[in-house]
Amino acid sequence: MNKKTSSAGFRHQLGHFGDVVHDRWLRAPGWQRWIVYLLLIVCALLLPSESIGSFMSPDTDWATILFFPIGTYVVLAIGLNVVVGQAGLLDLGFVAFYAVGGYAMALLGTRMGWDFWVILVVGIGICALSGITLGAPTLRLRGDYLAIVTLGFGEIIRITARNTDSIGGPTGISGIPHPPNLSEDFELFGVKVFKYGVLDPRPYYYLLVALAVIVIILVKRWEKSRVGRAWAAIREDEDAAEVMGVPTFRFKMLAFAIGASIGGAMGVLWAAKSVSLNPNDFQFLLSATILAAVVMGGSGNLPGVMLGAFVVAWLPERFRELKDYRMLIFGAVLVALMIFRPEGLLPSRQRKAEFKEGSGGMGTLGAEVPGPESHGEEVASR
Amino acid sequence: MFSDFINQFWPASIDGLAFGSIYALIALGYTMVYGVLRLINFAHSEVFMIGTFGAMFVPFTLGIDSTLTGIALVGVILAMIVAGMLASAGTAIALEQVAYKPLRKRGASRLAALISAIGASIFLQELFALVVIPGVFDRPERGRIQMGLPRLMERSELFSIAGHPVRVDQVVVIVAAIGMMIALDALVNRTKIGRGIRATAQNPEAATLMGVDINNIVRMTFLIGGAMAGVAGALYLISYENTNYYIGFLFGIKAFTAAVLGGIGNLRGALVGGVVLGLVENYGAILVGSDWKHVISFTILILVLMFRPTGILGESLQQARA
Repeated sequence: MNKKTSSAGFRHQLGHFGDVVHDRWLRAPGWQRWIVYLLLIVCALLLPSESIGSFMSPDTDWATILFFPIGTYVVLAIGLNVVVGQAGLLDLGFVAFYAVGGYAMALLGTRMGWDFWVILVVGIGICALSGITLGAPTLRLRGDYLAIVTLGFGEIIRITARNTDSIGGPTGISGIPHPPNLSEDFELFGVKVFKYGVLDPRPYYYLLVALAVIVIILVKRWEKSRVGRAWAAIREDEDAAEVMGVPTFRFKMLAFAIGASIGGAMGVLWAAKSVSLNPNDFQFLLSATILAAVVMGGSGNLPGVMLGAFVVAWLPERFRELKDYRMLIFGAVLVALMIFRPEGLLPSRQRKAEFKEGSGGMGTLGAEVPGPESHGEEVASR
Repeated sequence: MFSDFINQFWPASIDGLAFGSIYALIALGYTMVYGVLRLINFAHSEVFMIGTFGAMFVPFTLGIDSTLTGIALVGVILAMIVAGMLASAGTAIALEQVAYKPLRKRGASRLAALISAIGASIFLQELFALVVIPGVFDRPERGRIQMGLPRLMERSELFSIAGHPVRVDQVVVIVAAIGMMIALDALVNRTKIGRGIRATAQNPEAATLMGVDINNIVRMTFLIGGAMAGVAGALYLISYENTNYYIGFLFGIKAFTAAVLGGIGNLRGALVGGVVLGLVENYGAILVGSDWKHVISFTILILVLMFRPTGILGESLQQARA
């Protein structure tokens, strides 16, 4: 009993500390925030250094895993967060867009000989289009049904890629070109930053950081705009939003298209580094992992989501000695997290309040089934 | 292509019926849990997977390596079905207690339940690949490799339809599945527990006021749904003679498709949906090639959800007359 209250008290204090920091942040003038942003970007650029790597991943090359899985998961999670965290659309087939981006790079790069930068733009367009094509028929569905349909689409794309021999069939595509070098000998801290070769993963990592920064800026802008408010309204209560004059269907499509573009951009970049790809790179498990990262970090809160993606990607790499058991532990952690901290590691304040109220904006599970013991409170709270 | 269809119509029909019966049995679990809790039990696929291994345990411990006949064969098959039911029902109840009940108590979001189910699903798969299959089935280092069942019975022809043979194992699967369906229908429509399940599905609060112990009913729902998946696992194993730790994924989605197709929440709908899906999938496989079999099911799922989300039969457990 005592132990329970003291731990609750500690958590309360910790939460209070978080609130204080958060308030300070909200009141900080613009120039102070820009300093912090710049510091964070510098930190991200210094991250691949060996001294950090020797602690973070003694068994594998730190810069390599910083690109994949860590950086890749972070960008994908940011993209999925738009769909799941902000608009509240449960997407279990997010990997499909990543696959479309990857295949766009592979096909246009090997067959047409297009440039990485052209393909990046075209790929983002293709993915936005495929997001809309997928969304148009399915976004009338809600909740679990949408989840299942997106899962179905994700699998259809993977199986179709596997069965279509003209795009490589089960063996996939190899010989995907690297991005063209922007500069042969421009060096920063001894790294040829703009030379995209086979050996050094760091230039790709910097490219990924640039992509992530652009994506974060855009997503943050959207979140604070009319679009973001419309998404929040849809997430909380779609019918109410519709009645208030929010064109819900159009905004849901927009969320899908934006999420798909981000996933697709990451797919293009990933394919440009990895030389070859095959349909098995786009398993359902990857969709589930990214969704888990989003929920684990605190669905809807960008820093939380990035933290979640980092944890999900990094922990299995760090603890390679547990290599066989890492998925087992991952599964158990997911269940435990949903039981003990369903709002995620770092929830936004708004979402925390929503969770306190009950549903977290996704429709409740238990409300329909009050047990005999909980029935009294149920009625009292109405 | 069309002459292919004519030639293969009967074999595909028989195979489709056998597969469809298995889908239907798994679909019952989805549909019952959905009817009572409005929850898609995502981890139900693993309940099926564990059912196949529960059934595998019987011939494995008995050390059977040749075909059986007569009483011995019937005994082993029944024992396999019972073992599958026990393993699956146990898993389903454990799943409810560990992964869903704490969430239910707190009135957590559907998203939380979904993530919890995905977590439980990954956990159970890995548990089998890493611990159970290498340990219990004595296959160290081979936990992820498909495990075969030694042939239990001579696959002789029982009778033929339009010149195409119907094998014993196919008949066993179809007959056992139909038997289970009849038993379940009687259970839900004629017993006290069945009345409790229907009452809870219709209106949980009113059911509570009428003295129904909802937690017990939820437990029974998971138990019955799990047992059906266990039967499906045993029948699948007997007929197709192999299984692996990952087998639940595809079967789970297909059975869910069957449940949606028939009308989720509707028990007879699960049967109809399972059989229709099994048949359509096999006919489609003749027409466009068996590589595309899974794509056909996924497409059906999406089309049904888009155009007739209430499914073929529509009426559900909630609306069924008490």
